[in-house]
Amino acid sequence: MSERSERAIQRCALSECEAERSVGAPPVEDWGSVGMSRAALLVLADGRFPAGGHAHSGGAEPAVAAGHIKDAATLETFCRGRLHTAGLVAAGLAAAAAAGLDPLLLDDAADARTPVPALRQVARRLGRQMMRAARATWPSAALDALAAARPRGAHQPVVLGLAARSAGLTPLDAAYAVAYENISGPATAVVRLLSLDPFDATAVLARLTDDLEQVAEQATEAAHRAVTEGLGALPAASAPLLDIAAEAHAAWPVRLFAS
Amino acid sequence: MTRTVPRPVAPQAPAVPAAGLRATARIVARAGHGGTSRSNGAESGGGTSRLPVLEGGGPFALRRVQSHADQARVCLVGAMSAPLGGDRLRIEATAEAGASLRITAAAATVALPGRTGELATYDVHLTVGDGARLEWLPEPLISAEGSDLRMTTTIDLAPTARLVFREEQILGRSGEHTGALRSRLTVRQAGRVLLDQETAYGPGAPGWDTSAVLGGHRAVGQFLVAGPEFTDRPAEVRLLGGAAGDGAAQGVLAPLAGPAALATVVAPDGLSLRRLLDQAAAG
Repeated sequence: MSERSERAIQRCALSECEAERSVGAPPVEDWGSVGMSRAALLVLADGRFPAGGHAHSGGAEPAVAAGHIKDAATLETFCRGRLHTAGLVAAGLAAAAAAGLDPLLLDDAADARTPVPALRQVARRLGRQMMRAARATWPSAALDALAAARPRGAHQPVVLGLAARSAGLTPLDAAYAVAYENISGPATAVVRLLSLDPFDATAVLARLTDDLEQVAEQATEAAHRAVTEGLGALPAASAPLLDIAAEAHAAWPVRLFAS
Repeated sequence: MTRTVPRPVAPQAPAVPAAGLRATARIVARAGHGGTSRSNGAESGGGTSRLPVLEGGGPFALRRVQSHADQARVCLVGAMSAPLGGDRLRIEATAEAGASLRITAAAATVALPGRTGELATYDVHLTVGDGARLEWLPEPLISAEGSDLRMTTTIDLAPTARLVFREEQILGRSGEHTGALRSRLTVRQAGRVLLDQETAYGPGAPGWDTSAVLGGHRAVGQFLVAGPEFTDRPAEVRLLGGAAGDGAAQGVLAPLAGPAALATVVAPDGLSLRRLLDQAAAG
């Protein structure tokens, strides 16, 4: 498909969303298609990208223990809730970093959107691992500067967004990578926690692709607004149970996943 | 629920075309005599804080209640049923440097549908000066079925300001579905954002009724305490209430990245929500 027709389709899909949301924000389609290297997105979003995500369940381990996740259907419900809250926030931060907003201010914005210390620590630990992988993969002065300013790690979505920028990817690409990782992490973890059939877990992810697109576009649109309106325009969706469960889980004496 | 006075039609100027109500209440507390005269200690000594501005309006009737030590106290009394769809409501409260102010409410606020299906807005803006203390302890906000409310709470704290803040949301009256309730809470301290959170529940909010967000609970609340004393001694994490999965109220009290502590609680109903928030407040 030519880039032109792809854009036309995107614009069409977006104008429907725009009408529903009636935010009056600038269109975001240009942000999604000027990318030089779409292929780099596959490298960045690959579950085998060595950034340490496999050790984290994204809140799925305590949700399984509480009986909230029992099978594919309940995994889907959990992932949908996570995607539209924590996923949206993370995708917005990543899109904003990929758009060139100040990563240190974004790191503060991430702190303000993460009210429990367990999740702030996890985000920084994952950010540090992502930083090591990103600097080896797509070295850039911007990554070096952030690593120097936050030696103990910046919030992972900010690092990922900056890595995407270094790789020549767009804000929309970064939002997709983060939003996808936000649900693929728990889905993979539940395969191990419940011995769920991997086919079923992947089918859950496939059923969530419409939600994923919606979240990635919403996040990118917010990042676009943040350029002129300030970081208050970025999503701040809260998920009370993820926050509460994260602190409870951090206090478990024995657990399979770090978070 | 408790705002029984019928909505008067004539006196309220219909400022907006959609027949919604526009009302702003303003409260200013100023340090009592002797409180601000010393160059070093705005909060030292002085008498009870005064209330040079106490303006109600529309659904907000403001009652001065018995002060306590140096603290001025104001109770919000609902003068009519609000917010209804289309209403634009706003409260601005300021505790000036060295002042102490507590604001409570006489009853819960119920968001109700309007005639036009238009959403209602309710904006709260709190400002707390250096050495001042503001306690914002209203009753719950109840989102009635069919209502659509956008709420914002913006709080600006000076570097040595103290804040005690409670927020409770009940999703639906007894036996009914919830309305649409979207609420943004932004707390800035010395110009830096300390907390930025948006909650979105009910129709049109994807994923809200899931095990990642509320897990079937219908009451959710927060209790926030901010002040310079947390700079050197951050709060310790404390789990509140029952174990996950048994359907009982549960929550966590935890330090924010800045000098403040936040309790977050989800509960099956308003009563158990308040009980757990009170536990968090008791320390």
